[in-house]
Amino acid sequence: MFVPGNNPGMMQDAFIYGPDSIMLDLEDSVTMAEKDTARLLVYNALKSIDYGNTEMVVRINPLSTPYGKKDIEAVVKAGVDVIRMPKTETAEEVVEVEREIEKVEKEIGCLGRTQIMAAIESALGVVNAYAIATASKRMMGIALGAEDYSANLKTQRTPGGAELLLARETIVVAARAAGIAALDTVYSNLNDMETFRKEVELIKTLGFDGKSIINPRQIEVVNEVFTPSEKAIEKSKTILAAIKEAEQRGSGVIAVNGKMIDRPVVLRAQRTIDLAIASGVLTKEDLQ
Amino acid sequence: MEVKNASAGTLESGDILIQIFPSEAEGVQIDLNSTVAYQFGEQIKTVITETLSGLGIDHVAIKATDKGALDCTIRARVTAAAVRATGKDVWA
Amino acid sequence: MSLIEAAAAGMGKKVYHESNKTKDVTPRLNLQKESGKVVTLEEAIKRSGLKDGMTISFHHHFRGGDKVVNLVVGTLAKMGFKNLKLAASSLQDVHEPLIDHIKNGVITEISTSGMRGELAREISHGLMEKPVIFRSHGGRGSAIANGDLHIDVAFLGASSCDPLGNACGYSRSNRAKSICGSLGYALPDARYADKVVILTDNLVDYPNTPNAISEHDVDYVVEVPMVGDSSKIASGAIRDTKNPRDILLAKQAAKVIVNSGYFKNGFSIQTGSGGASLAAVKYLRQSMIDNDIKASFALGGITAHMVKMHEEGLIDRLIDVQSFDKVAAESLKNDAMHKEVSACEYAAKDEPGAATHYLDIVILSALEVDVNFNVNVLVGSDGIIRGAIGGHPDTAEDAALSIIVCPLLRGRIPCVVDEVTTLITPGSSVDVVVTEYGIAVNPRRPELKERLAKAGLKIVDIVDLKDRALKVIGKPAPLPFGDKVVGIVMNRDGSVLDVIKNIVEPK
Repeated sequence: MFVPGNNPGMMQDAFIYGPDSIMLDLEDSVTMAEKDTARLLVYNALKSIDYGNTEMVVRINPLSTPYGKKDIEAVVKAGVDVIRMPKTETAEEVVEVEREIEKVEKEIGCLGRTQIMAAIESALGVVNAYAIATASKRMMGIALGAEDYSANLKTQRTPGGAELLLARETIVVAARAAGIAALDTVYSNLNDMETFRKEVELIKTLGFDGKSIINPRQIEVVNEVFTPSEKAIEKSKTILAAIKEAEQRGSGVIAVNGKMIDRPVVLRAQRTIDLAIASGVLTKEDLQ
Repeated sequence: MEVKNASAGTLESGDILIQIFPSEAEGVQIDLNSTVAYQFGEQIKTVITETLSGLGIDHVAIKATDKGALDCTIRARVTAAAVRATGKDVWA
Repeated sequence: MSLIEAAAAGMGKKVYHESNKTKDVTPRLNLQKESGKVVTLEEAIKRSGLKDGMTISFHHHFRGGDKVVNLVVGTLAKMGFKNLKLAASSLQDVHEPLIDHIKNGVITEISTSGMRGELAREISHGLMEKPVIFRSHGGRGSAIANGDLHIDVAFLGASSCDPLGNACGYSRSNRAKSICGSLGYALPDARYADKVVILTDNLVDYPNTPNAISEHDVDYVVEVPMVGDSSKIASGAIRDTKNPRDILLAKQAAKVIVNSGYFKNGFSIQTGSGGASLAAVKYLRQSMIDNDIKASFALGGITAHMVKMHEEGLIDRLIDVQSFDKVAAESLKNDAMHKEVSACEYAAKDEPGAATHYLDIVILSALEVDVNFNVNVLVGSDGIIRGAIGGHPDTAEDAALSIIVCPLLRGRIPCVVDEVTTLITPGSSVDVVVTEYGIAVNPRRPELKERLAKAGLKIVDIVDLKDRALKVIGKPAPLPFGDKVVGIVMNRDGSVLDVIKNIVEPK
């Protein structure tokens, strides 16, 4: 969930809505005149506020601006989980950011703690998606930034999202090839929950791991779409139990209800269970 | 340290507006107006004073208009105002 | 002695003698317009026999738009009255002019459900010699009925009244100027006050129908330019809250209701007017449709939301002591299944038929809840009076399930605390507290806790909520209370619940 980095009230409250990850923004939602104060607010918030298990991300300004370097110093010192790079176009940019992170981590003695997520927001970025996704071992995910991307394509966003299809598919493929997460762009019309839901359904089908949101009101829809059905959970549990049992028996061949179970089926079952746990309909204890 | 007039923060709920002025007098004078003055007035003044002394700043007058900001927000706003007032950033 | 005389003597009565007076032959249409009850305000005051030291009363159905209190007290001040006791059903920001009347000795005692704004601030700092008496709406009804609160002269605003005193909170005349809907809080005053003066901005032809207040109870009728600004009761349209925290709280509250065991066909419900509790109704509505469950009645301050659900057939009847917006007021006027009740019939503890006795569920807000489930809705965490008791303790005590919905934090102010600043609703009446950090269930209701936990709701210990709040905001300093009692909080049974002390501004 995106939260402007210059709004203390919202930063303080964001996690009560239960997003998986909170992204405090120092980039587009902060005016040039307030870059310095927002950076300090984010730094102090990360240091003081108990965000529980929520993953904390900060979107920094690009290193090509006078703010980027200071942003990295501040948020790494504050112990952020993930730095989100905006408008990433090449692998070199990731390496540069990694170098800056390392510098700060060495200074404070926590080498390797900070992960990187890159937002791809241009045609060049999409073309380089795999290179970006594999540019650093700190890379945990790549995300689509659709507003800048569609402007760069010389088109605009439509409810169906045809203009984003190639970018979305490319990002998912690149992320999967690199073994990291693929995250979709925001949808900014808060009053049109139906189109939003369709978009979430679409990106889930495409293979994305999650959706960026701009308001807590959108959380429920994303969770509903991504939460597996009871039937799917039960089936997955049966499959995983069969695997466990087969492993204990030392048997290589596994069948459930007379059907052979191969590796993709097992992986899908595991993902279903992971999603069920992430969306709170299943607990780890339930699996015992 | 040379200090000029500067300010940081807003009057939004959960925020604090810090205005900083050079002063002849020793130390830090704080003029606080807070929606939670009874319960947190002293605490807010302590955070302001400690933040400024951590930055090595004295001989200043502070006008603080608080709308229920948490300590971390007060620290951020005081630091930002001080950085603007001295022109000396806290980041390398 | 004739048989007639004997019968009269036996009954202690006189024998009828034919009068030699002739009938008044004026056409009755004219006569109806010339009732002796219609007088000026000054005349009504003089004739009412009001004296220094007596008690005058008012209702607050026009809320922030009320014009009656300031007009009447201003007139009394001009006429030289002193030491009057003001018994209002509630007071609002608009009643700031009372400060001067208190300073000048016109008003020396106040009883009310609540107060806000500058008047409340001054009183919290010790403006009055005698403490303000705070009662719940049900408690005020009882006190008026049993004589604890004796009213000498009631000054009651009405949106229509005929020259004989049949008065109503709306008008069917095309010259109507105002509308407030139910006159529920004024009805005990009309019935029990020694003298009743109706002020109206729409003097209609006799007989005004229907009438909330009967001519039988009315002594004088005063025509004034305006009794209240209806637009200040509340906006007419249904406004859905967009505040994500309110929505979160509302959804949780709706889930509590649905899984409480009381969500059954024919249940009854009351909600407060806060953003979260209005929004809770919206989510509850969806559950009612999905599960084909209908409510028998909705009670209380009636809102546009309730009217909508009534019109959709989801709520059979509306029981209205106070119309919270113009939509509700219009519905009371136009819908026979929308019933007006007095404060006693609404929520008096000693009224066997009070609607609260038959209430399943109430959703309420709070300024503070403490670890013993006690609630404060009257005094802010800064020690300044800033609210009203309303029907909070009445409904919480009587309903089978009382749900408090409040954020854990309002800015840096905690809502779950060690001990409430002022006790308004005892913890024994409060069943569930819904916050954005989880739901606390009163240990007196283990079966409820089990049901809610089973439904997958996040149940937390109320002490953990309090600790969580303190962790975020730090430890608040104690409030700078003095030793003077500025307010006394009465329980609805007439016992004293708590006192409010004055605030002393730190130097």
